[in-house]
Amino acid sequence: MTKIKSLFISLLLTLGVSAAIAGSHGSTHDLVKERGKLMCGSNTGLAGFGAPNDAGVWEGIDVDVCRAVAAAVFGDASKVEYVPTTSKVRFTVLQSGEIDMLSRNTTWTLSRDVDLGLEFVGVNYYDGQGFMVSKDLGVSSASELDGASVCIQVGTTTEMNLADFFKANGMSYESVPVETNSEADAAYLAGRCDIYTTDASGLYASRAGYPDPSAHVVLPEIISKEPLGPAVRHGDSEWADIVRWSLNAMIIGEELGINSGNVDEMKGSNNPEVLRLLGVDAGYGAMLGLSDDWAYNILSQVGNYSESFEKHIGPNTPINIQRGLNALYKDGGILYAPPFR
Amino acid sequence: MQTSLIRKIIFDEKSRSLLIQTLVIGLFAIFIYLIAQQTAYNLEKRGISSGFDFLNISAGYDISIRLIPFTSEDTHLRAYFVGLLNTLMIAVCGCILATILGFIVGIIRLSSNWLFRNIAYVYVEFTRNVPVLLQIILYYSILLSLPKIKQAFPIFNTFYLSNRGLFSPSPIFKEGFSIVFYSFVIAIIFTFFLKRFLKSKQEQTGNQYPIFFINSAIIIFTPILFYYIMGMPLEFDHPVLKGFNFKGGMVIRPEFLGMLFGLSIYTAAFISETVRSGIISVSKGQREASQALGLKSSFVMRLIIIPQALRVIIPPLTSQYLNLTKNSSLGIAIGYADLVHGFGGISLNQTGRAIEIMLIVMLTYLSISLIISLSMNIYNKSVQFKGNA
Repeated sequence: MTKIKSLFISLLLTLGVSAAIAGSHGSTHDLVKERGKLMCGSNTGLAGFGAPNDAGVWEGIDVDVCRAVAAAVFGDASKVEYVPTTSKVRFTVLQSGEIDMLSRNTTWTLSRDVDLGLEFVGVNYYDGQGFMVSKDLGVSSASELDGASVCIQVGTTTEMNLADFFKANGMSYESVPVETNSEADAAYLAGRCDIYTTDASGLYASRAGYPDPSAHVVLPEIISKEPLGPAVRHGDSEWADIVRWSLNAMIIGEELGINSGNVDEMKGSNNPEVLRLLGVDAGYGAMLGLSDDWAYNILSQVGNYSESFEKHIGPNTPINIQRGLNALYKDGGILYAPPFR
Repeated sequence: MQTSLIRKIIFDEKSRSLLIQTLVIGLFAIFIYLIAQQTAYNLEKRGISSGFDFLNISAGYDISIRLIPFTSEDTHLRAYFVGLLNTLMIAVCGCILATILGFIVGIIRLSSNWLFRNIAYVYVEFTRNVPVLLQIILYYSILLSLPKIKQAFPIFNTFYLSNRGLFSPSPIFKEGFSIVFYSFVIAIIFTFFLKRFLKSKQEQTGNQYPIFFINSAIIIFTPILFYYIMGMPLEFDHPVLKGFNFKGGMVIRPEFLGMLFGLSIYTAAFISETVRSGIISVSKGQREASQALGLKSSFVMRLIIIPQALRVIIPPLTSQYLNLTKNSSLGIAIGYADLVHGFGGISLNQTGRAIEIMLIVMLTYLSISLIISLSMNIYNKSVQFKGNA
């Protein structure tokens, strides 16, 4: 009898403790500092956005956002552990607290922002859904695609846009759903489908890896708005602020002409916004709960937005994407960060 | 009085075990309740909404492999049924093919022909010991290396084989075809009674009748006769290569074929072993006795060996059917739009209702499995020895 009693009590205790662990949620910022590294949800591998390079080091513009946050929090951009996530599990992984932030070409939509308990903190790439076809099909516009087979990655806004686009244009199609980027590439190259559709950035990234990239063309039509940006869990505004302003610091850095090469000289600038950004004028770091040189660390270790863009996906890379919408507002794009004051 | 009750509970074996069992069930119920409670609390705390309202929201995506009409405006609930039917389709087709293949291979494994026997042996050992997922991907890759759509391979200029599937003409039923169909049904019912009649006649007179041939002829020729009487009320819609794809006709997609081959070839290997063990379990004396009676060897197999072997075969066969059905959830790997892929994948992602959707999908698989078990148990009872054997 006593045995059963003690068993009962211990069972209750275990339950109580596990419930307490599951229920407790300290501030993410404290958790990250305590752990000594940032857990960042990344793509499973999308060249130019988030993928490990030949040496196994993660690279890309999405990865640079993680690095910027690590630079802001720890003063060391390398203190990041990347957790590759598929489009299917990415939100669950973030919700469950397995990662601190998600920076993985994820579209900011109302339902994700509100219903899934996420908080999108900004946009690091303005994208839109496009179509890629083989050049020898002789197609020049997406309105000529009636009856085509379309390869599509499941679990994305892409599917709904595709359904809407074909419906609105009175065209039919066969959808060939695939799970990952690489499967889509394989099915497309094998001729299982005529068209590969995903965010245009993804199409460029895929094409760069094809045996003959020049044999494929991305059609001019962009059928959706896909603002891609980092997301954090809802309800921890302090942490959301840190991620939001880490991204903004990179954009403001470009605006002010501060890059990783000249960041030390710029400390002697007489532009007050530069001095505020680089922490020469103290006080702004403390507002975020960071050290005053947090933005300096981002710009010196990760660089500004333009550097990140040119290094990973710009015209001089195999991905070969023009700045387009992603140019600063003063250069004809829509990239715009609130003022640093 | 009170002490005697406690005494009874502690020292009486029956009431003691009753008490312990009640306690265990109670604890388990509390455990489940606490988990559910905690999950609901955590979801609420993280601002994640829950509930089953999403089932009535329009799905917003298309499914190409489907048995019932579905457009992006239909609800998630309908997407669930589309997926469920696709799962059932692959399960039923897979089980039938695996059974046929398994029986053939199982019998070949016992054949006296060295070459056949060993080919079957290699097949069984290879397929049983390679993960089914890899086999599915292998067959799918082979199907993808078929000719591209523009070079589709014509078979009798009626069927076209390409890496987008096997295109075939689809039937268009015109007025009067229902009569042909009913004549077919009536023919089947008629042959059922004819069989009983001829059997009883055989038992009375000892004369054997070629029941199989008579019945086959009736089933085949009755509808054909009515087909011509009704003025051939059937036309075919032939697939024609137009633009990107074939228009018209029907198509069997490579995703379906990849799943079908992968699942049935894999499961058939297990079934063949079951069949082999069943046949071996029938004692040698049975075969020798029937041969001594002068029965043809096909009769020995069909009338003596197989009915007795079935007693041993059915229970493990059931579990193979269950395995195949559950393995059909691997369709996600090659884009076969089954329950897990469409409803359990795409709908889950669009709505974010992971717990609700997984619960529905799991309960569905549970129900399918239980139904298979139940019907196989009923069948099993019917093949067991009756009375005191």
